[in-house]
Amino acid sequence: MSRKITIEPVTRVEGHGKVTIHLDKAGEVSQSRLHIVEFRGFERFVQGRPYWEVPVLVQRLCGICPVSHHLAAAKAVDVIAGAGNGDGLTVTGDKMRRLMHYAQFFQSHVLHFFHLVSPDLLLGVDADPAIRNIIGVALQHKDLAVQGVMMRKFGQELIQATAGKKIHGTGAIPGGVNKNLSIEERDHFLKGADPLNADKMIEWSVAALDLFKDYYGKNKDMIDGFSHFPSNHLSLVRKDGALDFYHGGIRAVDSEGNKIIDYADYQDYTNIIGEGVKSWSYMKFPYLLSLGEEEGWYRVGPLARLNTCDFIPSPLAQKEFEIFKAHTNGKPNNMCMHYHWARIIEILHSAEVIKELLEDPDLQGTDLVATGERKDEGVGLVEAPRGTLFHHYNVNEDDQITMCNLIVSTTNNNVPMNKAVNFVAKAQMTGQTEITEPMMNMVEVAIRAYDPCLSCATHALGEMPLEVTMLDADGNEITSRKR
Amino acid sequence: MSEFVSFKIDGKQCMGRAGEFIAEAAERNNIYIPTLCNYKGTAPKAACRVCTVKVNGRMMTSCSTPLQEGMEIENETAEIQDIRSGIIELLFAEGNHLCPSCEKGGSCELQALGYRFRMMVPRFPYLFPVREIDASHPKLIKDHNRCILCKRCVRVMKDENGHSLFAFYKRGTKLEIAIAPELADKITDEVAQQAMDVCPTGALLKKRKGWDVPVGKRMYDMKPIGSEFEQVK
Repeated sequence: MSRKITIEPVTRVEGHGKVTIHLDKAGEVSQSRLHIVEFRGFERFVQGRPYWEVPVLVQRLCGICPVSHHLAAAKAVDVIAGAGNGDGLTVTGDKMRRLMHYAQFFQSHVLHFFHLVSPDLLLGVDADPAIRNIIGVALQHKDLAVQGVMMRKFGQELIQATAGKKIHGTGAIPGGVNKNLSIEERDHFLKGADPLNADKMIEWSVAALDLFKDYYGKNKDMIDGFSHFPSNHLSLVRKDGALDFYHGGIRAVDSEGNKIIDYADYQDYTNIIGEGVKSWSYMKFPYLLSLGEEEGWYRVGPLARLNTCDFIPSPLAQKEFEIFKAHTNGKPNNMCMHYHWARIIEILHSAEVIKELLEDPDLQGTDLVATGERKDEGVGLVEAPRGTLFHHYNVNEDDQITMCNLIVSTTNNNVPMNKAVNFVAKAQMTGQTEITEPMMNMVEVAIRAYDPCLSCATHALGEMPLEVTMLDADGNEITSRKR
Repeated sequence: MSEFVSFKIDGKQCMGRAGEFIAEAAERNNIYIPTLCNYKGTAPKAACRVCTVKVNGRMMTSCSTPLQEGMEIENETAEIQDIRSGIIELLFAEGNHLCPSCEKGGSCELQALGYRFRMMVPRFPYLFPVREIDASHPKLIKDHNRCILCKRCVRVMKDENGHSLFAFYKRGTKLEIAIAPELADKITDEVAQQAMDVCPTGALLKKRKGWDVPVGKRMYDMKPIGSEFEQVK
């Protein structure tokens, strides 16, 4: 008898989604899908709004990494306002935005590692769901939980200092920023009382990395073998091949590390990326046009970034990068759980860049906005914590948005997440007569590795109702299980 | 010189000039009466009714009611506050006021009054009217979603001959502000900025600028609306 298993909602990820797993009569997994069940509609309802409004308006689609949307939209309207394609801002404007962005990377990655993932690592993927959450971590590993909270606080307060608010700020405006960083603000983050200063953040980032590596040493087989499959990888890289979260050209490599695209101008992304659609999901399926829809799908995010870049331009993170790369002999790393490793290296890199920027007197400059010849179209890309983020706008002669296309990071990871679900479902559920809660969590662990922001708006944290229903081939319920 | 008169607001003895409007006199006595359509230096219109007070037992608009000797004025009573709150809520419910993405946020008088009256959810159903954004003028955008028809722009924004740059257009529920076609050329960048500043909401926006004032430095970020009078108490 064939069965259909539904995991809804997927927990400890951002937003709402569900998973369906179909088992055939022999008990083999025949099909697995991650369904995105929300529809936001931002691309439609920004039409008609003035172009300078979109950096503030469109970021409202996310409450976790709104800075990414704020900056991607700002970079697109920079082009429209005539302030160049990532190279036309004033020094202060560029560095203030970078500080905002790296602060966001820091807090978003910290949130994911400490609040969403550490319960699996510290308490076990098969632990009782009642304690397998951030509260359980706080009860058993108080110091670590405090570190997570304080690190996030540091990042959020730095966002406030650059964007005006911790969430949904207004700091980036067409052609630049609306404020610089005062000496008082700088010193607050650079020399603040323990633990809220840049040096402590670097120290704790190294400690988080050690925690992961310790766990990895004890669970190497599981981490390496949990969900691994070859893929292409895509991200922005700096012109010299360095990791850069804020600006660069598009680079894509295949699973062996061969470059498919290198430093392509993202204003031309429509000739590089195609977007497929499926009837069962509101999320699109992007792919590299040169390889076609079947072969052209790719990963984005921390793992992809470390697979595409040549080096990390900060000393401590670069050392860790070398260890990370050595693990796969310099080839791209296609192991799903290594997203976590890559993510913590990025936490460390963000902390280092934050300190470097805070020490830069350009942040106290007063030349904040650049202007130029107005254009009718602009594309803005940034590396968001979850991966490459595309914003594309057309405007009419009256300055109103006429077209908006967004490819958010999680959308780019749509195919790999579906493949990860399928990989784990096959490994865990094939031939099983009973589907247990730990089995379901294993599927979620695979999704969670990508840190998806399924709606880029709503947030699911901790335990939520989870219902699994087994259906026969005719759709009749055989058994169901709730938690 | 005008004759001085004495009057009371909520029992407090006040002094003012006979004939001046209650709202002005109250401010000079460091008492805040909220207004929206009223604009200093311009004849009152009494369009929004937010400044409603009770004068000798009768509801009156304080922006347009001349002061008289011995007036007993109720300002911050529960009854008056509820009426004002209701008016604010109606204004939010009958337009499309999406504060999170409005660049007037933090400097918007309607939003500031919403905070002052601790408005959470309007008691009235949202109408979600379908209204257009008119961006055809090269210097100025009119976002009718946010217009409360206070007529400030019509009354304040005038050319050197005293002709209004704006006018009411259409009727009833379709009523909206329009730029006087023959004077449209007189709206320069500077005039557009003045119009934006005069508008109590975000219905008039100067083009190609936005959010240039950081959060924390906007008009009502540090000082809630009305506090400039109340802090003197």
